[in-house]
Amino acid sequence: MLEVNDLRTYFDTEDGVVKAVDGISFNLKRGETLGIVGESGSGKSVTNLSIIRLIPDPPGKIVSGEIIFNGQDILLLPQEEVRKIRGRRIAMIFQDPMTSLNPFLKISRQLMEMTQLHLGHSKSQAYEHAIKMLEIVGIPDARQRVDNYPHEFSGGMRQRVMIAMALSCEPELLIADEPTTALDVTIQAQILELIKKLKQKTGTSVILITHDLGVVAGMTDHVIVMYAGKVFEQAKTSELFAKPGNPYTKGLLRSVPDPTSEQGSLYQIPGSPPDVAHLKPGCPFAPRCERAEEICRREFPPFVALTPDHHSLCHFAEEVFAASPSVT
Amino acid sequence: MSITEPNRVSSNGSEPLLSVRDLKVHFNLGGGDAFDRLINRNSEKRVVKAVDGVSIDIFPGETLGLVGESGCGKSTFGRAILRLTEPTSGQVLFHDQDLAHLSRGQLREQRRHLQIIFQDPYASLNPRMTIGQIVGEPLGTFGLAKGTEAEKRVQDLLETVGLSKRFIKRYPHEFSGGQRQRIGIARALAVDPDFIVADEPISALDVSIQAQILNLLEDLQRQKKLTYLFISHDLRAIRHVSDRTAVMYLGKLVELADAKTVYDEPLMPYTKALISAVPVPDPKIEATRKRVMLEGDVPSPINPPSGCRFHTRCPFAIPACSEVEPQLVEIKPAHFAACIRISPDQPHIENVAAGDAPGLEINRTLASSRR
Repeated sequence: MLEVNDLRTYFDTEDGVVKAVDGISFNLKRGETLGIVGESGSGKSVTNLSIIRLIPDPPGKIVSGEIIFNGQDILLLPQEEVRKIRGRRIAMIFQDPMTSLNPFLKISRQLMEMTQLHLGHSKSQAYEHAIKMLEIVGIPDARQRVDNYPHEFSGGMRQRVMIAMALSCEPELLIADEPTTALDVTIQAQILELIKKLKQKTGTSVILITHDLGVVAGMTDHVIVMYAGKVFEQAKTSELFAKPGNPYTKGLLRSVPDPTSEQGSLYQIPGSPPDVAHLKPGCPFAPRCERAEEICRREFPPFVALTPDHHSLCHFAEEVFAASPSVT
Repeated sequence: MSITEPNRVSSNGSEPLLSVRDLKVHFNLGGGDAFDRLINRNSEKRVVKAVDGVSIDIFPGETLGLVGESGCGKSTFGRAILRLTEPTSGQVLFHDQDLAHLSRGQLREQRRHLQIIFQDPYASLNPRMTIGQIVGEPLGTFGLAKGTEAEKRVQDLLETVGLSKRFIKRYPHEFSGGQRQRIGIARALAVDPDFIVADEPISALDVSIQAQILNLLEDLQRQKKLTYLFISHDLRAIRHVSDRTAVMYLGKLVELADAKTVYDEPLMPYTKALISAVPVPDPKIEATRKRVMLEGDVPSPINPPSGCRFHTRCPFAIPACSEVEPQLVEIKPAHFAACIRISPDQPHIENVAAGDAPGLEINRTLASSRR
C-alpha cells in the first residue's frame, strides 16, 4: 500500500547541509503497523513529514526517493493533489495535543471541517459525524462535549479528539508521531489500546513513531531503528527484539531497566548522539559502539540482509546477529 | 507491629535522616470572598490540595522512589521539603530541626545539606553564566571556598560527574541534554549535601542517555553516602534505582514498601493498574499479558473525590470507599497500603468477598489515634 524507496530529506542550515533522513526504504501493507524508533534528531519525524509532504522548503528539501502510495508517487504530485490525500487518505496524530488543536475553535468546528472539506458533508451531517467520532474514541457525553473548547479537555481527552479527527475520513494510513509521549502511563495505555482497537476495526495501516521500545513491542508488526538519519536496523518486531543484528539496537534494548530482574548497574551506551550536520566518514555510531574497529571509523557500513526481511547497517552485522540469543 | 507510627520502619534499624509529618501544601485559587459572593460567582473558596497530609521517613543512604501520575503532587512534595514551595502545615524534621518552621536565615544554613536536581536541564541552568560560575556559585553562597581553591573544587566536581574540566568557561547552550543534567548534578553536589531531591531527572532525556544518568546517580550515592528522594512517573526507572517506593495519588500516599515488593506484589488496585500500564520491551510478553485498564483521568485536585480519592476509577470500589478516608496501614510487614477493602488478614483484594471491607475497623482505629 505504501512503498518508500531511498527517501532522502536534507536541510540547508548555516552549519551546512543536514542530512536529516538519508536513504530510508520500507513497505507497508494494508492493516499493518510499522514502528519507527530512534532518539531525538535521528530523523524519525522528518521521515513522516516527508511522506505527507510537510517539509518546509526552504530550508528542507526532499532530494531523492519515491513515496508510492497506492500506485501514485506522492513526491510527483502537485501540492493541490497532495492536499486531497493529506487528512483524507493519510491522517496524522502529533505528540502534543494541546498545540495541535486550535484553542479558539470549538471541538465540533474542528472535527466538522475535516468531513466538510474531504467528504462534502453538509453542516448537519458533519455535526452528527463529529459526535459519532467522539463516541467511537470513548469521550463520555459526546453530544454535550462536542461544543466545548480544547482547554476544557484533559491531555488524554485531547489526544482522543485528535484521533477522532484523524480517523473521521477513514484514512488508509494513520501516522502517529509520539502520540503518547506527553501522557501519563495509565492514559498512554488507554490511547494505545484505542489505536489498536480502531485499527482492527477499520483495517487502517499505522506508522507509529516513538522512542519507547516498550510501545513498539506491543503495537507493531515491523520496526525500523533510526540513528543519525540512517536506518540502522529493520526487521519484524518479534525478530528485532529476540535477535537484534545491530550493536546500537542491542545497546538500546539493554539500557532499559528490566523490572522483572534484580540487576546491579544498568548497561549504558557511552557518549551522546552525533551532530548530524558534522558527520565523519565511517559509521555514525562508531564513536559510541563497543564493537567498533578501525574499519568502522574509516568506511561507511553496508546494509546487510541477515534474513530476507531483517537488515542491519553494520560492518559486523552477521557476527552481532549470530551472537544474539536465538529465537525461542 | 506498630500501627500508630506506620512509617517508622527501617531495614537496618537506623534513625531516619528526614521525617515528614502530616505535610500539607494547599494552593488557594481564590473565590469565596465578599466580592465574588456579591457578583454571585465563585461563591465557594477553591483550594488545590496538592499535598494533603503526607507522613514518611527517609533513612540515611537510601533512595526513596516517589511515583505517581502528573498532578498527583509528587513534585510539590519534593519542593515543599526544601521549602521551594511553602508548606501549608506539617513538619519536616531534619537533624532535630523542623525545616517547615525555620526562619529564612536558619533555613539557608540547612539548605547546604539538602539539594535538588530538576527535570528540565534546558530551563534550570542560567544561560548567561558559564559552567564554572553555575557549579561554583553555591560554594560562594555558603562561603565554602574562594578563588583558586573554588576553581579546583569546580574542576573536581565536573570530573566527578563525568565532564571534562576544560568545560569550565563554556555556556549551557553548548551542551546536550545529558551533559546539562550532569552540570545540574555537579551544582547540587558542590555543597556536599546529605540529601538530594531528584525531581524527574531523566524524563527529558533520550533513552540511551537516561541509563547514563541513572548510573551516575547510583555511583555518586555509593561514593558520597547520599540519600535520595527520586521522583518520577517512570516505574521502570523507579524500580531500578529505589530501595523503597511510595506511590502517590491526588496528594496522598497510597502504598509504600520496598521497591521490589511494590513492583512484584502490589496491594493497591491503583498501583496494580499503574504497573500494568507500563509497556514491556518484549513482544512476546506484550502479546499475551492482561492489562488492568483504568477508566478516565485523574480527577481534579480542586474538589477531590470524597473518601478514598481513587474510588472514582477503582474497579473494586464499594459505597463505603466514598465515605471513609483510608489510612496507610501495615498490611504485610513493612508494606503499607491505604485501602479499606484489605487488611493484614486479607491482603489480596481479589480474594475479598464482594462488598466486604475487612480494613474498615483498623482504619477507624488509626484515624482516631492519629487525630
